Amino acid sequence: MTDATDASGNLLAADGTPLKKKLGQALFRSRLRAFGLTVPLLLLILLAFVLPVTTFLKQAVYNPQFEKHMPNLTPLLADWDAVSEPDEAMYAALVADLVLNKKNKTIGKVASRVNREYSGTRSLFTGSARKAKKLKPPYKEALIKAKPKWDNIEVWKAMKIAGKSWTPAFVASAVDLKYTADGSIERKQEDRRVHLKLFARTMRIAVIVMLAGLVLGYPVAYLLSTLPARSSNMLLILVLLPFWTSLLVRTTAWIAMLQGQGVLNDLFVLFGLASDEDRFSLIYNETGTLIAMTHILLPFMILPLYSVMKTIPPSYVRAARSMGATQWTAFWRVYFPQTIPGIGAGGILVFILAISFYITPALVGGQDGTMISNFIDFHMRKSLNWSLASAMGLVLLVIVLFLYWIYDKVVGIDNMKLG
Amino acid sequence: MKIKTILLGAAATALVAGAASAGSIVAVSWGGAYTKSQVEAYHKPWTAATGNKVISEDYSGGLAEVKSQVEAGNVTWDIVDLEMSDAVRGCDEGLFETIDPAILPAAPDGTPATEDFIPGAITECAVANIVWSTIFAYDNSKMANGPTTIADFFDTAKFPGKRGLRKGPKANLELALAADGVAAADIYKVLGTPEGVDRAFAKLDTIKGDVVWWEAGAQPPQLLADGEVAMTTAYNGRIFNAVAAEDKPFSIVWDSQIFDVDLWAVVKGAPNKDLAMEFLAFSTATEQLAAQASYISYGPARKSSAPLVGSYHTKPDLAMGPQMPTAPENFKTAIQNDFEFWADNQDELNERFNTWLIN
Amino acid sequence: MTANSADEGFVVFDRVQKSYDGEILVVKDLNLNIAKGEFLTMLGPSGSGKTTCLMMLAGFETATHGDIRLAGKPINNIPPHKRGIGMVFQNYALFPHMTVGENLSFPLEVRNMGQSEREAKVKRALDMVQMGDFAGRRPTQLSGGQQQRIALARALVFDAELVLMDEPLGALDKQLREHMQFEIKHIHESLGITVVYVTHDQSEALTMSDRIAVFNDGVIQQLAPPADLYERPENAFVAQFIGENNTLNGVVTAINDGIADVKFDNGQMTQALAVNCGGVGSRTTLSIRPERIVLNASGSANGVDAEVLEVIYLGDHIRCRMNVHGNEDFVVKVPNSAEKLALEKGSRTNVSWETQDCRALDG
Repeated sequence: MTDATDASGNLLAADGTPLKKKLGQALFRSRLRAFGLTVPLLLLILLAFVLPVTTFLKQAVYNPQFEKHMPNLTPLLADWDAVSEPDEAMYAALVADLVLNKKNKTIGKVASRVNREYSGTRSLFTGSARKAKKLKPPYKEALIKAKPKWDNIEVWKAMKIAGKSWTPAFVASAVDLKYTADGSIERKQEDRRVHLKLFARTMRIAVIVMLAGLVLGYPVAYLLSTLPARSSNMLLILVLLPFWTSLLVRTTAWIAMLQGQGVLNDLFVLFGLASDEDRFSLIYNETGTLIAMTHILLPFMILPLYSVMKTIPPSYVRAARSMGATQWTAFWRVYFPQTIPGIGAGGILVFILAISFYITPALVGGQDGTMISNFIDFHMRKSLNWSLASAMGLVLLVIVLFLYWIYDKVVGIDNMKLG
Repeated sequence: MKIKTILLGAAATALVAGAASAGSIVAVSWGGAYTKSQVEAYHKPWTAATGNKVISEDYSGGLAEVKSQVEAGNVTWDIVDLEMSDAVRGCDEGLFETIDPAILPAAPDGTPATEDFIPGAITECAVANIVWSTIFAYDNSKMANGPTTIADFFDTAKFPGKRGLRKGPKANLELALAADGVAAADIYKVLGTPEGVDRAFAKLDTIKGDVVWWEAGAQPPQLLADGEVAMTTAYNGRIFNAVAAEDKPFSIVWDSQIFDVDLWAVVKGAPNKDLAMEFLAFSTATEQLAAQASYISYGPARKSSAPLVGSYHTKPDLAMGPQMPTAPENFKTAIQNDFEFWADNQDELNERFNTWLIN
Repeated sequence: MTANSADEGFVVFDRVQKSYDGEILVVKDLNLNIAKGEFLTMLGPSGSGKTTCLMMLAGFETATHGDIRLAGKPINNIPPHKRGIGMVFQNYALFPHMTVGENLSFPLEVRNMGQSEREAKVKRALDMVQMGDFAGRRPTQLSGGQQQRIALARALVFDAELVLMDEPLGALDKQLREHMQFEIKHIHESLGITVVYVTHDQSEALTMSDRIAVFNDGVIQQLAPPADLYERPENAFVAQFIGENNTLNGVVTAINDGIADVKFDNGQMTQALAVNCGGVGSRTTLSIRPERIVLNASGSANGVDAEVLEVIYLGDHIRCRMNVHGNEDFVVKVPNSAEKLALEKGSRTNVSWETQDCRALDG
């Protein structure tokens, strides 16, 4: 029997349709079914993750408060050169907008926005808005008479910056830069540069927690992988036990352990390692953050390591030994390289979790153990500077993606095993 | 577009639900002994008088929740207890309803409300109920001759030990200047200059290494009780509560106390706006404010309440009058919190403070 | 060297015992001499102690009692990496993070060998297993048979005089396995190395070995060249384990000149070679290889009636299962010649065998 072909030599299926088309149809149906199964998850990710995250991150570069509420002044500011004296037309537009904002009760939004660029101007806006209705032209004189600060060109520059809805100002601020009215970017004053230090500290803490987790977790994972199933399961439960306790409880337990009058310090005093008056500061500083975070994140290091080590048969090390390698050489040259996927997975997991850790540093961080996420929280809840908060989130995201890229280049992402 | 429809739908549902369960409002406050004092002095009498219920919720201050609710068009809170700076700021940003002072009841002797409240207590969107203050306290069982002035707080040579301070520039900068010799009346004038800010931070530098930073109001009494700090700043009501209700051996130093008011404000678009307004008027009446003072040592915001203040609700011989920030002997060097100064400068000073903290 | 080392083997197990838990001996009083250049196979079912012996020799297990000597020196206290023994593992244990070349280079590197020498040796070893072009590949890019060759080359590359192989062909398909058997045997002969080979596959053992040690229950049941093991099993276990075997049970009634008279339970008598059957009156197991049985040979001394239960056509021969002396699993291999095809299920016939082919073993 010969296979049926059509005029151009393509193979035909039994019913005469070209085989390729038939195959395509068959595959399409199964692909459609597979896609259908993932639709709920896809929707969930889209609605519960992609959408809110992008909406939030948009605020890092888009803040329309000024433009929205100052419709008259904004176009004039855009055309202004940020050098010459503001003219009467700009003052008139300002007054018109102030009246508008007073009526709509939106002056606070405008004032907040400008105040972020030039501190101390909030009451200038709210105060002027209260008086705006009574002002008579020429507005320039009238306004400056009411609030002399309007004569200050820096206020106008600040408004020009705030007038741009799409703005790099917040991202710049998140990395200790300042976006100026003429569009250039310069470094902030020395005593205002807080974020870069904080990002650096956050990275440092995350790296230390990751390394400490590796040093502490590696032997445990090795032990787990070599013990007989019964005892290793028991140990595994002990490793997982912290997972079943609230993060808050574990952190609070560390406070009880580490504080000045805590268990550890009492023991130090008991054994004469510290005097009663001069106890160790183990909490409310970076030490406390490191200790508590390492403990909390340790399981995330142990589990991927364990799952990788479990798949490495003992015959590898035996083979190396039989070939003349000492125990150390066999470990370092043969066993260790095979655990790198686990180290990579555990390391990335711990690092990414650590970099955005929030509750623990907030509770035990004190003055030098807080992290970038605590600042994001601060700007979210206290200062209400959501744009800056999202800009800091954006920077953090970029850093993580960059490190991820580096990891992919150095180790290879396909070389990562989560279990 | 779709999202907006959904959100509007949710808001509509909330409104309908609010209407259906007419006769209840959601009142949000700071929790703990403070909320309890409000429940006893405001909520229960109001329910008894009108049959309407008050659902009490706790929060930890700030405008974040209110802002999210109003901006998402999904308001679930009706009335919120706020600090002055947040009340003013929220009002400017249109987060709260405007309040007509005419709805506030007059004093028993007929004095109109606008004259009976202490100056500044009635704002465009909020009405004050209590006066509270930031003081510092120490454990008198551990220090026989305790500190008496704010300068002592900064003197770690004379009074060794850790200091508790709230993590933020507010109050700390004022106290630092007061300890450095600036008179109460001049504090904000000095703080308004760059040199003044430098001076305040320089003073804070002298104790920086000894500070334990706290964030929640419940922490300072705990830090004192645990012996983590020798003295700490705190809200006066929290320390009083630890002394009166838990018999802790704490003493309050009133020198350079920084006082402020707490206010009720009705959230913009509150589902039960009218009821909330009624409740606000009821709870800021002379009797209610005086009654509240039996539960917590915050001063009533109405002058006419002062003579009615009695004793602590479980201790008849513990007169509440002298425990108030407004008591004359406590009030001599008091500093009034300048909300406008903070509204103008908090972004910058927060940044400066945070930079100072991590360096 | 001790005085008696001249007649002592290259590898010696001297009264070796091994227990893991202190209660059960997995190796009981093992004595074994392996000559230099010998290919010795440890054969036995799983759990018989053969792999434990290999691991003790390699140094991954320590003997609970007794001495293991290599070239006259006790090695009990020498760590595995100083024993200089090559080893091929069941799953090859090729290091997945190294190329084939690096795998082979590894034992040379740990011996601090110079690079040029290493390269020469690696090349020679790869050529030996016909894998010269694969030095740059990763083990995962190789087929099972190729990996097996690399593992072999790696065990040989550092000129070990003793190579241990732990079921090295277990994972290969039948054809490849048979091919590799010849190749390993060939390498063994050309290099003159000593090989200790562990397997549970008797045909593999028979094909490759100089001598086979049959393990069961921690004891060597018989140590002999393959032909002896097949032709002259010394006990019922070996007879049963090696090759196909028919067993009949009876009681010894007399022994004359090495020939035992055996009485079956149904009263019939037969004669068998008295190998390991104890004295008169003891029970014995008779062992007869299926191919030594003759059908319908009249006049044979050990003829007996049999009923055909099953006939399986296998091309070159026919397997016939029948009932002989009450044993329903009595198998006869009948060469495929025309007249024998007449055998049918249910028919009765007569089977017989030479007395020399029927061995009376332990009961």
